[in-house]
Amino acid sequence: MKGRQRIMNMTLLRTSEAFNMDKTVVSQLSKEKVYETSQLNLWYGEKHALKNIELDIHQNEVTAIIGPSGCGKSTYLKTLNRMVELTPDVRTSGEIKYRNRNILDKSYKVEELRTQVGMVFQKPNPFPKSIYENVAYGPKIHGIRNKKVLDEVVEKSLRGAAIWDEVKDRLHDNAYGLSGGQQQRLCIARCLAIEPDVILMDEPTSALDPISTLKVEELVQQLKEHYSIIIVTHNMQQAARISDRTAFFLNGEVIEYNNTNTIFSRPSDQRTEDYISGRFG
Amino acid sequence: MKLIDKTIVAKKMPIRLVRNTILKGLFFLATTFGLLVLGILLYRIFAQGIGYLDWDFFQNFASRRPEEAGIKAALIGSIWLMIVVAPVALLLGLGTAIYLEEYAKKNWFTSFIKLNISNLAGVPSIIFGLLGLTIFVRALALDRSVLAAGLTMSLLVLPVIIVAAQEAIRSVPRELREASYGMGATKWQTIVRVVLPAAIPGILTGSILALSRAVGETAPLVVVGIPMFIAFLPKNVFDTFTVLPMQIYNWTSRPQEEFQSVAAAGILVLLFLLIFMNSIAVFIRNKFQKRY
Amino acid sequence: MVNEEGVTILRVQQAQYSIREMIQERKQKKRIQIERFIPSILSLTAAVSILTTLGIVFTLIFETITFFKEVSVSEFFTADKWYPFAEAASYGVMPLVLGTLKITMIAALVAVPIGLATAIYLSEYASEKTRRVIKPILEILAGVPTIVYGFFALTFVTPVLRSIFPSLEMFNALSPGLVVGIMITPMIASLSEDALVSVPRTMREGALALGSTKLEVTLKVVLPAAISGIVASIVLALSRAIGETMIVSVAGGSTPSLNMDVTTSIQTMTAYIVQVSTGDAGYGTTIYYSIYAVGMTLFLFTLVMNLLAQYISRKVREEY
Repeated sequence: MKGRQRIMNMTLLRTSEAFNMDKTVVSQLSKEKVYETSQLNLWYGEKHALKNIELDIHQNEVTAIIGPSGCGKSTYLKTLNRMVELTPDVRTSGEIKYRNRNILDKSYKVEELRTQVGMVFQKPNPFPKSIYENVAYGPKIHGIRNKKVLDEVVEKSLRGAAIWDEVKDRLHDNAYGLSGGQQQRLCIARCLAIEPDVILMDEPTSALDPISTLKVEELVQQLKEHYSIIIVTHNMQQAARISDRTAFFLNGEVIEYNNTNTIFSRPSDQRTEDYISGRFG
Repeated sequence: MKLIDKTIVAKKMPIRLVRNTILKGLFFLATTFGLLVLGILLYRIFAQGIGYLDWDFFQNFASRRPEEAGIKAALIGSIWLMIVVAPVALLLGLGTAIYLEEYAKKNWFTSFIKLNISNLAGVPSIIFGLLGLTIFVRALALDRSVLAAGLTMSLLVLPVIIVAAQEAIRSVPRELREASYGMGATKWQTIVRVVLPAAIPGILTGSILALSRAVGETAPLVVVGIPMFIAFLPKNVFDTFTVLPMQIYNWTSRPQEEFQSVAAAGILVLLFLLIFMNSIAVFIRNKFQKRY
Repeated sequence: MVNEEGVTILRVQQAQYSIREMIQERKQKKRIQIERFIPSILSLTAAVSILTTLGIVFTLIFETITFFKEVSVSEFFTADKWYPFAEAASYGVMPLVLGTLKITMIAALVAVPIGLATAIYLSEYASEKTRRVIKPILEILAGVPTIVYGFFALTFVTPVLRSIFPSLEMFNALSPGLVVGIMITPMIASLSEDALVSVPRTMREGALALGSTKLEVTLKVVLPAAISGIVASIVLALSRAIGETMIVSVAGGSTPSLNMDVTTSIQTMTAYIVQVSTGDAGYGTTIYYSIYAVGMTLFLFTLVMNLLAQYISRKVREEY
């Protein structure tokens, strides 16, 4: 895999030089698709919350979803790992293909999907257990029992979440002793421990102080090398800072979806421009 | 480098899903077990007792002969008991609840009272009987009267009323009180004219719960010395008497099999009384449930 | 209205208004003065609850002291027979304590698994509709008078058990033990369900997002988080079982013994007190005072359990 990637990168470099194109645009053209959403509709009881969503998520990218409150961005995120089913009275139609398998099909077990697609929530929600037990929870329930493997996974995940140095001497302390920002990075580590493919983030920094927010944003940039990240945020500057592609949701519909640069400098839809320039939301 | 062996994950998945389904079924079965027991209990009592529930049953006093046994003394006695318990427990309980919610300052004394009340709630009912025997029957020389029994039971159910009244008073919205104060009313005026009326459903429900408890309890009355076999009605609160659960206990303990059926009939009367009282509570709760 | 009469009327009204004000003020002042006594009067009603506790404690202590004038403390705690009615009376309380413990243990074996399973089902699996049906039924079960349970134990459970185990005696520990268990199950179910429901929803979501099955979330995340509340509920329910009187009086018998048999007649502390109270023991006899000594023992047992339950549930509040 590594060799092929290198050849691809060289080709991209030459192509972009040849055609004077933005390197990011060229590289995006050839990326594999992780999620393909077609004709997705969702109802909470009578309320039509998602309307005919068409959205493709690409591998190893950070895709941001922005929009005003109640526009359906969190709802959409939660359909991607079927957490939306926890709400009673939910109905869907349409298709969401994760790596070419329709996840909305009843035969696709959610527990399987969620081993590949992890989630980080708005408010940090560590378990009232030790730091070690929090991170080891995922692998353990999936059948990994070997202590050596677990120790390695815990360390690797905590490093991956940029929190190893802060907790390595107190792995067996209760997770509630950590600060808010640390708890959120712990939740990210917990998510990384099951070695997912995609990480969904639902406004992960809205409950954090600015310094922790910055740390998490740096983390997201590092993580995209190995994971595909979809982040819902209602901080537009954050979306502009860290994402490769951005989707603008309004009233349950995707209004515009394009490279982040394009969305924030030359949006095609008037509503996008209004939202970005702060005229509403 | 991947550390997690995804084949292990895939292998364990079906077992975990099966376990999930099986345990869900077990949890549901356990829940229905309680319903099942209740159903059997009610069915048996009904089947056994319904035959003995005729007009004579209500007219007669207890008797050595099962076919002549009646529940009149016990039923009237229970009502006498409620007549004593209701005002005493309500006044004391409501007073305590108002004090705790409206006047008491947050100091150790108040916490001590609250701790004391929750401890009293956990004391076995028979201990209240011992208290009643020493204080009411002997020390205050009330003997085995309705009054002695009623006072004993009032102390027993006091925590129930206090807690219910506290909850009811606490749930009256602040805005109502503020509106009253804003018009220049004093604290007590506010309590009597605004808070208590709004809290009445909760207080009444709590009182009826307490009375239900008082009507169904046997142990404290046994210790106080209330007789199980009586063939007359009390003339006043200083007279002796018997109550439904005591009468049922008496009949249950008799060796003759037929008395079992009489006991079942007595239980039906007791249960109907309790259902009646609790229906009133539910009715009050629903009727006066104001949505703020 | 600025005509002659108008001005006059206004002025008169003003005068009337200020008089009204003066009357109101005086009324309010008097009212406020009287109302100063209200908290004191109300605190007297609050004091009744304290007086009750004091009454219980002192009654038990004084009468128990009188008892220990006739019977030595060492005999009470170390003798192995409780034969108060015999010529050569023996007052060893352990057989009564053992009877109580037998009942409580059997009750626990029934109530803890079933109560906990019910709590889990109601809190984690049941739909809102199901919960609305089952919770009231549980409350009804909890409100059934214990004499009814006693009747049920004697006339249904005992015969059924005897048909399965022919060696079971008419009065035994098994039958009332099971029924006491049924009686306290709603308590465990209800209080444990409160504890489970108070675990924040986001914790469950976090576990589900990692690919857990609902069972795993319940057993590995929610239950451990709610464990203090659950244990407190169990301790409280057991305390209730210890103090239970009518079921064991009706179906348990009156034969205190120190054997470990659950198929033979027993006597609990509570049943003994009932036996003496319904008997002919005169005021002032040793037997009369013995019910206070036994009552004291019972009271101490339940007091310790209740304080333990309060201590445990206080630890819950520290954790979140």
